[in-house]
Amino acid sequence: MIKAILVFNNHGKPRLSKFYQYFDENLQQQIIKETFQLVSKRDDNVCNFLEGGSLIGGSDYKLIYRHYATLYFVFCVDSSESELGILDLIQVFVETLDKCFENVCELDLIFHADAVHHILSELVMGGMVLQTNMNDIMARIEEQNKIVKQEAGISAAPARAVSAVKSMNIPQQIKDIKLPDLPQAIKDLKF
Amino acid sequence: MALKKVKGNFERMFDKNLTDLVRGIRNNKDNEAKYISTCIEEIKQELRQDNISVKCNAVAKLTYIQMLGYDISWAGFNIIEVMSSSRFTCKRIGYLAASQCFHPDSELLMLTTNMIRKDLNSQNQYDAGVALSGLSCFISPDLSRDLANDIMTLMSSTKPYLRMKAVLMMYKVFLRYPEALRPAFPKLKEKLEDPDPGVQSAAVNVICELARKNPKNYLPLAPIFFKLMTTSTNNWMLIKIIKLFGALTPLEPRLGKKLIEPLTNLIHSTSAMSLLYECINTVIAVLISISSGMPNHSASIQLCVQKLRILIEDSDQNLKYLGLLAMSKILKTHPKSVQAHKDLILACLDDKDESIRLRALDLLYGMVSKKNLMEIVKRLLGHMERAEGSAYRDELLYKVIEICGQSSYLYVTNFEWYLTVLVELIQLEAGSRHGRLIAEQLLDVAIRVPVVRQFAVNEMTNLLDTFTVSAQSNSMYEVLYAAAWIVGEFAGELEDAERTLNILLRPRQLPGHIQGVYVQNVIKLFARLATSCLELQDLSGIVRLCDHVLDKLQHFNGSSDIEVQERASSACMLIEMLRSQLTATATVTATATATLTDESSMAMETAESGIPTLAIEIVQEMTLLFAGELIPVAPKAQRKVPLPDGLDLDEWINAPPPEDNPSSSSSEHDKEELFVSAAQAAAGTGAGHDAGHAGAGKRRKSLELTPEQMERQRLARLIEQSNNPHYLKSTNASASASGGGASNADQYDNIDDIPITELPLDMDGVAALRVGVTKRSDKYLQDQQAAAALQGGGDGKDGKKKHKKSKKSKKAKNKVAYNSSSESEGEPKPLHIVNTTLDMPEGVSLSDSEDKDGKYDPNDPHRALDIELDIADFEAPAASSRSTSKKSKEGKENLKVPAEAAANSTAKKEKKKDKDKSREHKRERKAPTQPVVVDLIDADTPTPSPKHAPAAANANDNANASSNSFSTSTTVLPDATSAEHHKQHKKKRNKEKSKESAAAAASAAAASGSIIEVEDDASTLVASKTHKKKHKKEKSRRKEKQEESESTTAAADYEQPLGISTPSKEIF
Repeated sequence: MIKAILVFNNHGKPRLSKFYQYFDENLQQQIIKETFQLVSKRDDNVCNFLEGGSLIGGSDYKLIYRHYATLYFVFCVDSSESELGILDLIQVFVETLDKCFENVCELDLIFHADAVHHILSELVMGGMVLQTNMNDIMARIEEQNKIVKQEAGISAAPARAVSAVKSMNIPQQIKDIKLPDLPQAIKDLKF
Repeated sequence: MALKKVKGNFERMFDKNLTDLVRGIRNNKDNEAKYISTCIEEIKQELRQDNISVKCNAVAKLTYIQMLGYDISWAGFNIIEVMSSSRFTCKRIGYLAASQCFHPDSELLMLTTNMIRKDLNSQNQYDAGVALSGLSCFISPDLSRDLANDIMTLMSSTKPYLRMKAVLMMYKVFLRYPEALRPAFPKLKEKLEDPDPGVQSAAVNVICELARKNPKNYLPLAPIFFKLMTTSTNNWMLIKIIKLFGALTPLEPRLGKKLIEPLTNLIHSTSAMSLLYECINTVIAVLISISSGMPNHSASIQLCVQKLRILIEDSDQNLKYLGLLAMSKILKTHPKSVQAHKDLILACLDDKDESIRLRALDLLYGMVSKKNLMEIVKRLLGHMERAEGSAYRDELLYKVIEICGQSSYLYVTNFEWYLTVLVELIQLEAGSRHGRLIAEQLLDVAIRVPVVRQFAVNEMTNLLDTFTVSAQSNSMYEVLYAAAWIVGEFAGELEDAERTLNILLRPRQLPGHIQGVYVQNVIKLFARLATSCLELQDLSGIVRLCDHVLDKLQHFNGSSDIEVQERASSACMLIEMLRSQLTATATVTATATATLTDESSMAMETAESGIPTLAIEIVQEMTLLFAGELIPVAPKAQRKVPLPDGLDLDEWINAPPPEDNPSSSSSEHDKEELFVSAAQAAAGTGAGHDAGHAGAGKRRKSLELTPEQMERQRLARLIEQSNNPHYLKSTNASASASGGGASNADQYDNIDDIPITELPLDMDGVAALRVGVTKRSDKYLQDQQAAAALQGGGDGKDGKKKHKKSKKSKKAKNKVAYNSSSESEGEPKPLHIVNTTLDMPEGVSLSDSEDKDGKYDPNDPHRALDIELDIADFEAPAASSRSTSKKSKEGKENLKVPAEAAANSTAKKEKKKDKDKSREHKRERKAPTQPVVVDLIDADTPTPSPKHAPAAANANDNANASSNSFSTSTTVLPDATSAEHHKQHKKKRNKEKSKESAAAAASAAAASGSIIEVEDDASTLVASKTHKKKHKKEKSRRKEKQEESESTTAAADYEQPLGISTPSKEIF
């Protein structure tokens, strides 16, 4: 059984937390903090298994994690799970995210935490591994997205327009406008 | 209506959506809490509106806020509203929020039953799927009971997606509502043979979880799982099944025998490391469960160890870790085969990875020998000095003690070294938890190894002298307990008992139980010193000693710990008794000598020779109190002492008094007495005040004082005062005491100084102790090495200290020292003898297993799931499959085939012999096991694996034809089976090769295919990766523009791609 799935960044900020056993919000935060402390002090070239973590688990539980760029993906599992299997599951999860978000980065997880949850729910259900075949997972996700799009239909169009305007971030775009470098242009002028 | 909808949408445009919220939080990093609280207010506003889309948006935001640690359960009702929306988008958001914040005890769940039922029966499979996913996180016992039937119907849905989810869901239902297990089980069992691999895998998953806690109920399913194992190619499922078998084999050894063959095949064939690892694990479990009876199980062990060595040698730290983990399992039962890889494991001790070092430490106890123990311990001590983090240091300390102490110190050749190591461990201040453990070791060594006692007492004296109790709440002070006991118990070995006594009497802040031991051992030391004084006829010495100890014990007398107080006051009484006898004579002789002033010294001597016999007797009695050798008692000895005949613990020892008036009156009488004594006590304290004994203990003592005692005390005090140079005494008193007291006073004067100035200390040792520049224990290692070098030249110099061991330890040696023949010659001879006799009742052995109570958590829901399932009908499909296979085989082959096959096989063999001899050899050795495999679990219900189907069928035929001929057929069969096997093996190898090449290609492209489809995915992955790289640049450019590039400094960091396409240490 998987007891919890945590994703946090290099600074310990949670990006996704999924507990398959109930803890209240305070304890959840403590667990995230503790796990971050345990995981973050490990070098990248040491093994990906970690025993301990006093708040969650006990002797039967292990933390299995992978570190991708700025994010840690941590699975807290008991002895019924295969260690290498879970490592692979993390890989499948991240690759699925990569497919869904097209070259995924931390910002995707920040702004689409709900979508990440929906993707995860196609891999793991109630702490048990549901599906590990990426093609199947993608098919399920795409079908569900299709339903959402259909439902949104025309009625969502104005809202979408507004959000598009909101996301335009005009000051930045003004900054991004590239004007020709005048002094350079002048220099380049040759008589 | 339409207008309202449009209006709703219009309003919605200006609400914050989730993206706005996240952006807002990121822009308000400094006052995040404040910003979120305003957001929550807004959300509350939104939740009051009628528009479901607005609510949905609000709930989505709440879900995000929940992740940041805010309680959102107040919105439970709104979440349920959103869940009940007919739109999938809203429903999904609602269920997500519910799964994050609801829990089985949420009261709101009552409201959801019908809604969830409706969703489960929805036409849209994703409605039901979302409901199942959500439900799996918060299902309560009530919901389980009410929805069990609906979920069960979903298990036979036409859609595999729903079947799969429903099967997994059932496990959650079982946990909360165990009654559902029995009716649902037949269906669950059916799903094991579902056409969809996902459903099959889910069913295996659920049964594995169930069987993990209650394996015996699922034993009858073994044939089905066996079939799945031999046919399936889904590695996820195989791993689960193999893990399940690992749990089942201890219950059924025959299953283990059957498993070995297919598992070793898998080990040879699989390219997936995770599967390989689990196979090894289960083979180990099998080999543990069947310790004997397998002709070639040493070959399997060898195979496992070899494969594990490959894992450990791998550069991937994960594989290294797992390899060591599995090794430790083998070590328990087959230490010899692990010891062959000693070099490898010792190398792992220096690994940079702490997890790996810890695993290597676990293996260490099997790796030590007499020869290398000192060196290994030295290495560990070095690690301890460098290590950070007390947990790791604690672990190291524990391991040092474990490897040294195992099997009665089998590998410790020099106990002076071991004690030095222990003292160094104490000085390292590393073990915050293991103070008691070290204390136990010190006591154990001192008791069991008589030769080392002299060394021990001096070492302990130093320890008592130098040890400072640190403020940190570690338990290291416990060692003082052991040290005090050792110096007291073996006081005879002390070089300077008086110094030790003074150290013990020094006032210190220590826990009560340690102070108690201090007092007790002060008496022991006192008795020893008093005896030596008696031997020297030194009356004044004894008196001086008494006074000194009495004086110092006052400190303990005032302790707040009741135990210390009691011990101290009884010790005082004892010494005072002695003192009074002595002073009585002393005063007599003093007055006598006062007249004979000229020959005072002469008189003294005569007087001293006349020590009162009563005093001598008291001293003798005191030494007798502590005489006798203590033998270690086995921890279980007490429990195993049989109840003596005729002892009935429930019986009254004295019949209870009849419950009538007399008893009450008597109790009243008791009460009266109590009051009287209390009054007396009050009076006593009044008197006691006069006596003026300092300390809190006076009240108790004054109770016992009789006028005579008081008089004596007064006298004693007077003499004490006269002896005290700092006391301004009246001339009269000094005149009376001067004769006897003058010399005493002089001596007494320096008593505080003498021991300190005259310390016969090994100053080197102390310096090393305090400064710790060079390790003292290293000296022993050097000695040992020097001795070894000498031995190399002179061969065996030290015949003096012979290796004498009691029978028991010899036995232990036979058990543990496998490699003695090869190594014993070079082994250092033990310098010390370990006394291994234990006080134990007859017929009890140390290895007797303890009762394993409390192993299970009473709250574990699995306890309720310990339900005997009726799986008997499972034999039916197995039997039918057997009959069909038999029929088909019967058609093709007749009973003569084996002979032909044998002939064929010999011909083939000759051809192949030159090809690969070694392989052939292996096969041949394996051949005899084939009949065993055929024999399967039950001779009646074999489920032959397809690989061995022909051979198995033959065997079956034979067996069925006549049960007697089975044994003869086994003699014929091996050749046939080996030939058969050979063919298949060759085929398989070809397959393997292609597989391997595919896998290699995959890994070369740094693609990391999931285990499931190594073959299929390999090529596609390669393609996709290259493709990806091409449009990566383009995409990143696009992103730059698109992304609302935060102007925060970390933005660049966040946008860093997760980089899964970078080469990762991939296994598959």
